[in-house]
Order: sequence, then structure tokens, then C-alpha cells
Amino acid sequence: MSLSEQQVTQIAYLARLSLSTTELQENTKDLNAILGLAEQLGAINTDDIEPMAHPLHMTQRLRADVVSEHDQSDLFQSIAPKTGNKHYLVPTVIE
Amino acid sequence: MSLHKKTIAELAQGLKDKEFSSVEITQHYLDRIKQSDLNAFVTVTDELAMSQAQAADEKIAAGSANILTGIPYAHKDIFCTQGVKTSAGSKMLDNFISPYDATVSHQLNQADTVMLGKANMDEFAMGSSNENSFYGAVKNPWNADKIPGGSSGGSAAAVAGGLSCFATGTDTGGSIRQPASLCGITGLKPTYGRVSRYGMIAYASSLDQAGPMTKTAQDAAIVLNVMAGFDEKDSTSAEQAVPDYTANLNDSIKGLTIGLPKEFFSEGLDDSVATQVMNAVKEFEVMGATVKEISLPNSAYAIPTYYIVAPCECSSNLSRLDGVRYGYRCDNPKNLEDLYLRSRSEAFGAEVKRRIMIGAYALSAGYYDAYYLKAQKTRHLISEDFKKAFSEVDVIMGPVSPTTAFDLGSVKDPVSMYLADIYTLSANLAGLPGMSIPAGFSDKLPVGLQLIGNYWSESKLLNIAHQFQQQTDWHQQMPQEN
Repeated sequence: MSLSEQQVTQIAYLARLSLSTTELQENTKDLNAILGLAEQLGAINTDDIEPMAHPLHMTQRLRADVVSEHDQSDLFQSIAPKTGNKHYLVPTVIE
Repeated sequence: MSLHKKTIAELAQGLKDKEFSSVEITQHYLDRIKQSDLNAFVTVTDELAMSQAQAADEKIAAGSANILTGIPYAHKDIFCTQGVKTSAGSKMLDNFISPYDATVSHQLNQADTVMLGKANMDEFAMGSSNENSFYGAVKNPWNADKIPGGSSGGSAAAVAGGLSCFATGTDTGGSIRQPASLCGITGLKPTYGRVSRYGMIAYASSLDQAGPMTKTAQDAAIVLNVMAGFDEKDSTSAEQAVPDYTANLNDSIKGLTIGLPKEFFSEGLDDSVATQVMNAVKEFEVMGATVKEISLPNSAYAIPTYYIVAPCECSSNLSRLDGVRYGYRCDNPKNLEDLYLRSRSEAFGAEVKRRIMIGAYALSAGYYDAYYLKAQKTRHLISEDFKKAFSEVDVIMGPVSPTTAFDLGSVKDPVSMYLADIYTLSANLAGLPGMSIPAGFSDKLPVGLQLIGNYWSESKLLNIAHQFQQQTDWHQQMPQEN
């Protein structure tokens, strides 16, 4: 199968990216080439094979539910694009 | 002065014997960086370096130094460094002054090292040539028209070009080993979980692993001693004891069984690279090792497997970069959606966008099973191949990269670039440790030999590499300077 420019536009939107006309053409070509590479995996029989999500087959380690971080919001917000009253500011969402 | 030719071990001895001071070494490196046009650094932290060097000299005078006290290094710009720009090679983080230290940064500070600056890299570690950096390509010290490899290209060029005594790197699909190979230095990617990922900007979380890039295997052992260890701040860090990696360097390798995967010597491998690699293997035979042909039948699928798994993880990891809390924000956003779309589109480079989109697609409803799940199953098969191989051999050897360093700008389409990773990806998919060590030259460009070991066998790999470096002088070669 092959992705159309319309599908690539939709994928870009899912990833919150917008593409110029040139970028759309290039990416349609490149994404199809990469997915073409992925098609090779169809040649392998993976019936009854467990998917491998973690190289060491570790389970998620849990820790005691105790406070380990102190409030550094001023420090963290000092590098934010826009803040006010300890909030991160974005354009108005609800009028 | 030839201070830049000295290894960590040699500098540490000279500091101890008061032949020179850390301030002198640091100034020497800073002068060389200033004169260099390799573009190996995104940020040079000269004032910080000089103050760290002075503090180190005081410790040395007080007799409380360790082997890394006062040794200057280049820190890949993917590790968060408190108060210092941490860009990950991206416009997105060009204004990001990290509010905290990565665990690796903290460990190196605790060891009294001197940070010369932050090393250039492919954007978010996505690349094999260092051409994907927002700060421009890095040049190979052996030939300025060639790529240094990637993504830790700045780190490799800094060490090879005599701009730092050692460097840090990270390796998701070969990003320590491949640039180490193409620049003629020693690079070690440890077992997944060996070195903390806390504060190391994530690309593909189940594959990323940090390691040392050095002049020798002995130096790599010294640096790994500081970097390795359990970190409760990293949920994927392994609770595995850390040996002294320098302890077994001098062990004999007589009786070592080396496995040569036939798939690593097939079509696509440059003849001259194959020759150098086989010469190195013969050297091991002279040293008492035996060689056995093995097969990693699924390694041929490493490229498609990796280029699904890694983009899936990257599309998730990079979703945090949205122009709200830190990093780049577009001018005058019309609304929240415009803020997200334009901030990301204006700040990410072409390769990063490609991988995010591949990941977003492969994880989307209706395609998850066909791509992501399929790739995870293949990943399991690739890993099983190694398990079988390590029941027969002690170490696997082969080329790191199918060719030597290619011309800057010569590989234009992404799929051709991905093929450069053919021999390195499998170790990341399986989570195994791997090394690249200098093994010769082809047309005046370095060729690396890859060693892949079983889980937690870093000591063994370093021992094997060190023994090779006792018999050869490839690792002592340095590029000619004008």
C-alpha cells in the first residue's frame, strides 16, 4: 500500500505538524520509502512470538509513595515562553 | 605542547607528578577548540571549565584527587547541564537552559572532571552523519570533506581532533559506535540500563544508552566506572552491581571464542573495510583466540524493525515539545492549535519530523498491529538470535559500518542513510553492550572493529579491546594537522 498526500497531511496533523507544499511532496515520497522498508517484516513468521517491549524483560519498578521532589515551579517557569500567576500561558481556549 | 595527545591515564599521572596543572591542560584544550573549524561544539563553557580546573588543582594539591580529577571532556549536548544551554542539536531547545543536571552530568561533576563544552550532535540524536544538527554539520578530523558519523559526531570529532581528552555519547542505533569507528576512536555502548537515562533527552526510551568515547579502552573503563550504576530516578535503570571496569583489563584472552556472523560480511560491505576487520580478527587469533562462524539470521530485519520501533517511541517522547512549558514558541499564535502546529513545525528539522510522522502513523488505530506490534515481535527474534550465539561464543566481532566516512552532503535520501546503521542496530534492539575500536585505515580514513558482548559483559569487552590495543597502534594514530 502507498500513502497519499492527503493521508500524509492527516498523519502530520495527528503529530501536530504542518507541512508546506514542498514538504508534503517530499514527505509523501520519503514516508512511502520508509514504509516500503517496513514491508520487509511481512516475510517473517511471527506467529506465537511475544512482542518485546523492553530489552531486559524488566517489570516497572515501584517506589514508596513519599514526597521526593520539592516545589521548584519558579525555577521551571523561568524558562517558559509565557507565564503569569504561576500558570503557563497559552492563547485563549474558551472565551 | 602535546597534552591533547595524552590519555586520561597519562594526564592523571602527570597531574599527580605535578608535570602540569589542570588549568594548563584546560587552557590548552580551550585554545585548540578556538582554533578548530570542526564545529564539534554547540557551546564552549570556557569560564566554567577554568573554574572547574582551578578547583581540581586545589584537590590535587590537597591530595584528595581521583583519576578523573581535572580531566577535560566534551559533553554531548543531549545531557542536561544545570545553568548551561542543552539544545539536543535542535532549534526547539536553542533557548533551553536546563534547570537541573542529568545523572551522568552529576556523576562527572562529582568526579571533579572539567567540562569544556557541549558537543554538537544530530537533532535529538536522529542521524548517522551529524548533518541533521541545527548548528550545522560537524567535520571529520581525518578529512574535513567527510562526515564524522552520528549522532554523537561532535563528541567523536572532539576526541579524534584533540579538542577534548574524552567525551560522552549516547547510542540508540549506533550513535556511539559508528562515529567512534569513522573518527578512529574507542566507543562503548553499555548494556541497556547500565547508565542512567535521567536527564538524557529521550529519543527512543527502550533503546537509548549512554557511554564513554575515548582514546583507549583503558580510558573507557575509567569513565564507565563513573557513569555506570543504578539510579532510582530512572525507572529503567538496572539494579546490577558495578564492578571495577579497570580490574580485568590485563587478563589474558587466550582461549577466547570469537563469533563472526556471516550476515555481517555479506553484500553491501565495502571490501577494504572487510579486509581491515579480518586483519584485526587475525590479530586476535595470533593472541590465542579461536574464530567461529555464526549466524544471526534475523539481523537482516534490524533496519525495518528499528525504523518502526524507534520512531514510535520518538513520536511519543517528542510530543512533550509543544511550545508551552519550555523550548521554542512561534510568534503571535492565533490560537492553541496554531501554537502547537507552528511551534513544532518551525522548530523541528526534516529528519525529526519524518520520524515523528512514521511513529504517529505506525501507532495509529488500524496500523498498530501491522507495524509496531510486528516490529516488537521481530525485535524478540533478533534478540533470541544473540542468545543462541552467546551459548557458543564469548564475543561477536564484525564491522561497525559498511563503509568509511562518506562525503558531507553525499547521502540525500533517508532510506540510504538508514542503511549505514545495518551492523549497529541489532545490539540496541537486543539491549546488548557493544564497542568500536580502531582497527586500521582505508584510503586514509579510520575503520572500526565492532565487539558485541553478552548482557553485563562490559568488563570482558574492555579487556578484549585493551589487549588488542596492547598489540596494535591504530588507536594511537591522530589526524595530521595543518
